[in-house]
Amino acid sequence: MKLTTTLAGALVASTSLVSMAAAQTELTMWYHGAGNEVESNILNGIIEDFNAAQSDWSVTVESFPQGSYNDSVVASALAGNLPCILDVDGPVMPNWAWAEYMQPLPISEDAIAGHLDATIGRWDGQVYSVGLWDAAVAMYTRQSTLDALGLRTPTLEEPWSLEEFNAALEAAKASGDFEYAFDPGMAWTGEWYPYAFSPFLQSFAGDIVDRSTYQTADGALNGDAALKFGEWWQGLFTNGYAPGTSQDPADRDNGFIDGKYAFSWNGNWAGKMALESGIDDLLFLPAPDFGNGSTIGAASWQFGVSSSCEHPAGAAAFVEHALQDKYLAAFSDGIGLIPSTAEAAAMSEGYAPGGPLEVFFELSNQQALVRPVTPGYVVAAKVFEKALADIANGADVADTLDAAVDEIDADIERNGGYGH
Amino acid sequence: MASKLTTSNRAGWAFALPGFGLLAMFIVVPFFFAFFLSLTNQRLISPNPTEFVGLENYRNLLSIGVLTVEPERDNAGEIVRDADGNPEYPRVRTFTRNNPDYPQFDRMREWFRWHSGDNAKVVLAKDVVFWKSLRNTLMFVLVVAPVQAALALGLALLINQRLRGINIYRAVYFMPVVVSIVVVSLLWRFLYAEEGLLNSILQTLSFGAFEGRDWLGDENTALGAIKAMSIWQAVGFHMVIWLSGLQTISPTLYEASSIEGASKLQTFRYVTWPGLRNTAVLILIVITMQCFALFAQIDVMTNGGPLDSTTTVVFQAVERGYGKQDISGGSTISVILFLIVLTISFIQRYLTREK
Amino acid sequence: MAVINPDNHGLRLVTRYVVLTLIALIFIFPLVFMVMSSFKPDLQLLRDTSSIRAFLPVGDISLNNYTAAFERAPIGLFVFNSVFVTGMTVLLSLFFCSLAAFSFAFLEWKGRGILLSIIIATLIVPFETIAIPLLLLVSKLPWIGFDGFSIGWLNSYRVQIIPWIVDGLTIFLFVQYFKDLPRDLIEASRVEGASWWQIYTKVVMPLSGPVIATAAILKFLAMYNQYLWPLIVVQEETYRPVLVGLQYFFQLNTAWGEIMAYLTVITVPVLAFYLVLQRAFIASIASTGVKG
Repeated sequence: MKLTTTLAGALVASTSLVSMAAAQTELTMWYHGAGNEVESNILNGIIEDFNAAQSDWSVTVESFPQGSYNDSVVASALAGNLPCILDVDGPVMPNWAWAEYMQPLPISEDAIAGHLDATIGRWDGQVYSVGLWDAAVAMYTRQSTLDALGLRTPTLEEPWSLEEFNAALEAAKASGDFEYAFDPGMAWTGEWYPYAFSPFLQSFAGDIVDRSTYQTADGALNGDAALKFGEWWQGLFTNGYAPGTSQDPADRDNGFIDGKYAFSWNGNWAGKMALESGIDDLLFLPAPDFGNGSTIGAASWQFGVSSSCEHPAGAAAFVEHALQDKYLAAFSDGIGLIPSTAEAAAMSEGYAPGGPLEVFFELSNQQALVRPVTPGYVVAAKVFEKALADIANGADVADTLDAAVDEIDADIERNGGYGH
Repeated sequence: MASKLTTSNRAGWAFALPGFGLLAMFIVVPFFFAFFLSLTNQRLISPNPTEFVGLENYRNLLSIGVLTVEPERDNAGEIVRDADGNPEYPRVRTFTRNNPDYPQFDRMREWFRWHSGDNAKVVLAKDVVFWKSLRNTLMFVLVVAPVQAALALGLALLINQRLRGINIYRAVYFMPVVVSIVVVSLLWRFLYAEEGLLNSILQTLSFGAFEGRDWLGDENTALGAIKAMSIWQAVGFHMVIWLSGLQTISPTLYEASSIEGASKLQTFRYVTWPGLRNTAVLILIVITMQCFALFAQIDVMTNGGPLDSTTTVVFQAVERGYGKQDISGGSTISVILFLIVLTISFIQRYLTREK
Repeated sequence: MAVINPDNHGLRLVTRYVVLTLIALIFIFPLVFMVMSSFKPDLQLLRDTSSIRAFLPVGDISLNNYTAAFERAPIGLFVFNSVFVTGMTVLLSLFFCSLAAFSFAFLEWKGRGILLSIIIATLIVPFETIAIPLLLLVSKLPWIGFDGFSIGWLNSYRVQIIPWIVDGLTIFLFVQYFKDLPRDLIEASRVEGASWWQIYTKVVMPLSGPVIATAAILKFLAMYNQYLWPLIVVQEETYRPVLVGLQYFFQLNTAWGEIMAYLTVITVPVLAFYLVLQRAFIASIASTGVKG
């Protein structure tokens, strides 16, 4: 059935193409939405509108599954086979820009004025990518849980401190009502670990890499602050507060909704599902302040133009078209993420004033800190992820962090400092 | 038997060249390419030009050293002991980081240690994860090869009886071989889960005495779990090969031994086993090759964890070359793997040569 | 005087069948689990994994997972790609490998020994060790196709087929088999003035049924179940084979029911193919496998 609809669609598209003005330059585009119908449909709609609204450019999109998207791009870059418009994950963009996969995006400053800072990808002083949304993370819980455990409800201005958070975990565990007190999401291996957990590290005053020079991780990832973070992180698992690395992915998806976990550290993309699951006192709490301020991650998927594209102006035109508020709102409604402008937020279901997800907008505004903006992030993220997993499994904290630092430093050195 | 009828350079080369050419292009050339890459600092993505670095990759990968660590002593010169009465030792990182006295151990990590007297002898390595992957791979081969071969032989003996419908059983035992290892790994992930089927079955069989374990999440059991699954998937294949070997043994030999009143065990030892020698050699070699290539199961089920207990050499090669974009590092591991496999196959050929 | 107890004999028979069946259950249970789970909704599927219900078609049985899976990913396309790539590789492999093996087994020529040794040596090289250099290599290879000259083989059928046409194991199997064929047949044909090509096509290959079957099935299994190579060389949806398509189902909310349905769809054809041919297959492995 899918084949006939595709064929029919192709016929319609080709006839409409024929009937249009002759000089439409084709721009190829890759997107990471294969297998995700909602995103694909919205994007296809944007592309159709763009192609119909002007006669200079015609965009065709190729869909990829998110899991292997980055690998696909790298393999294609090796062959010199990149499309014109590329989808790129925020923290990965510096690596692709440095590797000369991407060229600066010639988009006007007006078009991106008023957009959330984290949605603009900059490297070497130039704009390389722009995103239609941002993602944020919060502590999911129920008001009834807080009441039952006798805990204060933290606010943006007064989040929980380290002691309060530990006390909350202990109370949840002692109550015996939950399988685990806290679900950080260890089942989601991959970029989730650095995205979700490096803010904790940063809140302890550590970091993945020293951002003043980006030449080393020594002191940032294995300094005293990082050691304190490591000990606390290991404590989550040795004290039985959180399920470890062998957490069932199904539990990650449904555990909080089913009541297995008191608190769940999750992104706003899961907010929709949680709201629709029938929990009527769902709360999104801000991250605890472990000493250096509350922090959450930022920057999600963004559009950019590849270096082999001969029409960066066309790519910029498409991105500008896609940045219209109505599309930002559509994406937000579809996948639950934060639209990058306040106007679009007001138009969306979740983020309009009084909307159920509105709190994420403020969270993102006030607490978001992008991951380290360096081409070395790709390797550093993998090393950090492994270090977190090892510490969670009981490895010695100091040695593990030292090893991580050594690996990141060696990698930076082997790459000549990554162009900083 | 060279004669004018069979000697034909032109035809010989003409027939062999297409096949050999393809093989050379797609296996031999990349292989030498890998050798070459291991001597450079080639990255997967980089605007920097590639440089020749000689054996530095090998040094980074293989450097190990042994450090003797004396226990801590208090002011009176007495050994400081902890609550269990064991001597306390200074942390290894004080020797390996920013310590000008031990430059050769700079940035190394502890792999394992043993005690001689009161001192601890610590084996340090620059790349502990690689050595662990090597150890895991060798452990895998040493356990799986004989166990799988033996189980396959047992199944072959079982199948080699004249019962009605024995072919159905033979077909069923072979079925897992047909299924992709990726599919098998996904299914077994469910079975090994803490609330999964394996634990339920074991609990029922032991009447509740057995406590469910997290097979893949425990560093002590993860590799064993993968071994069991790999054996399950591949044993049918080797069963069939044993079967064919069994069936070449002349039935007259069996008749003779039963006339002489030999027991089952004696029959096996003196009639069956000698006839299976060739088969045994083939099976052992094939299983060993397959074991060294262990990758897909790890990638799907454990990603090398927990705590590097399931990482293998091939997994490390792919992760470094592709995941961490360090092609030269990945190639270095590949070359080392090849040398190991080469050595082992030479040893195997030597041990099993016709005497 | 011993009394032959007929019950004893029957009991032993029953025991044998029981043992055989128990073992058979061990080999078959994950597959049963897969098929049964493909009919259940996600929530029930996951709950059932902890009990015997995992193997039983109980609860909310439906084809929903199948319809959803087909909507999520172009499964038909993936299966076609896999079958096409596998089929082409098997056919080409049978031809090129047997050709080369023919040359090694029957002909005397300079360099034969060296070439054969090199081919056997490649058996030792695990594919994963050359995967990345091979990737770099194929990304730079030129090609003349229907749309003219192009550089780079990525995202195509040829990159999934051509590197796999010739492999040491297949050549080895053919060589071993050819060596056991009666020499006088070949000699007689040569005396009659037949060319080598004629001998290859008219004499040797027709006699090679068993080894062709073995090589074909082994190659088929290897190609259909490929995972790493297509993952790194095929990016566009049009060329993706089945195992790479699996990625489509691992989104942020993993749909296990759909995954089970997908796994069933891609495994059952191979199983059926095997069951139909298994007798011939096992016979052919038996006749060629043992000489090594």
